Amino acid sequence: MNITVYNEREKTTLQIEFNGKTVTDLLKELKINPEVFLVVRNNEVIIGDETVHDNDVFELLSVVSGG
Amino acid sequence: MDCFHCSKSAVIEVQHGALCKTHFINYFEEKVLKTINKYRLIGRKDILCVATSGGKDSLTVLYLTKKYCERNNIPTKNIRALAIDEGIAEYREKTIIDLQKFCSDHQIPLEIVSFETELGKTLDQAYPIINKGTQKKPCNVCGVWRRYLLNKYAAKSGATKVITGHNLDDEAQVIMMNIFKANTQLAGRMGPISGIEESEHFIQRVKPLYFCLEKEVRLYALLKGFQVQFTECPYSKEGFRHHVQEMLNDFEQKYKGTKQGIINSFLALLPNIREQEKGRIDEIKQCSRCGEAANKEVCNACVMKEMIING
Ligand code: SF4
Ligand SMILES: [Zn+2]
Ligand SMILES: [Zn+2]
Repeated sequence: MNITVYNEREKTTLQIEFNGKTVTDLLKELKINPEVFLVVRNNEVIIGDETVHDNDVFELLSVVSGG
Repeated sequence: MDCFHCSKSAVIEVQHGALCKTHFINYFEEKVLKTINKYRLIGRKDILCVATSGGKDSLTVLYLTKKYCERNNIPTKNIRALAIDEGIAEYREKTIIDLQKFCSDHQIPLEIVSFETELGKTLDQAYPIINKGTQKKPCNVCGVWRRYLLNKYAAKSGATKVITGHNLDDEAQVIMMNIFKANTQLAGRMGPISGIEESEHFIQRVKPLYFCLEKEVRLYALLKGFQVQFTECPYSKEGFRHHVQEMLNDFEQKYKGTKQGIINSFLALLPNIREQEKGRIDEIKQCSRCGEAANKEVCNACVMKEMIING
């Protein structure tokens, strides 16, 4: 399936092909530590066990604010 | 996954289970208000100076300080916000705009003090000069001057407590840094309320977010709709602290509860550390140049100021 991931910290938007199942799988694939990012889909914060669907759009919000 | 208390979908997993938006907000606010009560961070007669930057931690602590006062019939006119503008291009301007809006929305008076007007140079200008002679990193310069101005202006406003937005992650990082550097004297001054008794030259520091993970603070600020745009200090990756932060987040992912464990161990040891340091902590003196609290003849802020003047 194809999904879109916006990373707040890096200010990048990636279109990726994803073959996993859950948000946890997705973060693992992106090598992102779930301690350091919140995951938002359709303006809702979601946790790792949520299922990823085709055409989903995710925002990864950084927990750390440097300074 | 559903909330531990109701059937709504969860926004976070905390130690005792998953929580939905409403139950997380309750959990978070109760934790902070309990911390204030348990450690007596705010008293009825205190004049409160909240150290703010416009980031998620300071907006959250400002909001909950006001909430605590309202709940306990403490006059909210005793609260004021103080911000230090270090002069970091592309960074501080942005967070200060968020802060000004927040303070006016919540009717909290805000004072902004800048490095440039107070010390003659912005951090961006001062850092290369000081670094040349001392190898000091931007965060060292920033920290010394910020503490200095915070103390000075908090005292000027008649404050009896300085409230900061330090969260559990911040504290765990500093605890580890002090251990790595064998800095037991500094360790004695930490904890939810600074150990040093109120003195003429030093106002007690208190940390209502002491038991809140940084992740929880960001989530709370987001769910409450506090406007916090993500910004990062361009110097934040230069320090020792950054490495400790990465290490702890890495550990937390692999071993849940690591950060809380560090805090718990530290709090268990703190009374002993303070007892041991009692005899050793040099009495707080007054800087012979500026009159602010210092542990040497001339305070660090004045030493750095001098370097700037002499180029
Ligand atoms: S990261 Fe360092 S330089 Fe930037 S605001 Fe924090 S202490 Fe100051
Ligand atoms: Zn719930
Ligand atoms: Zn001085």
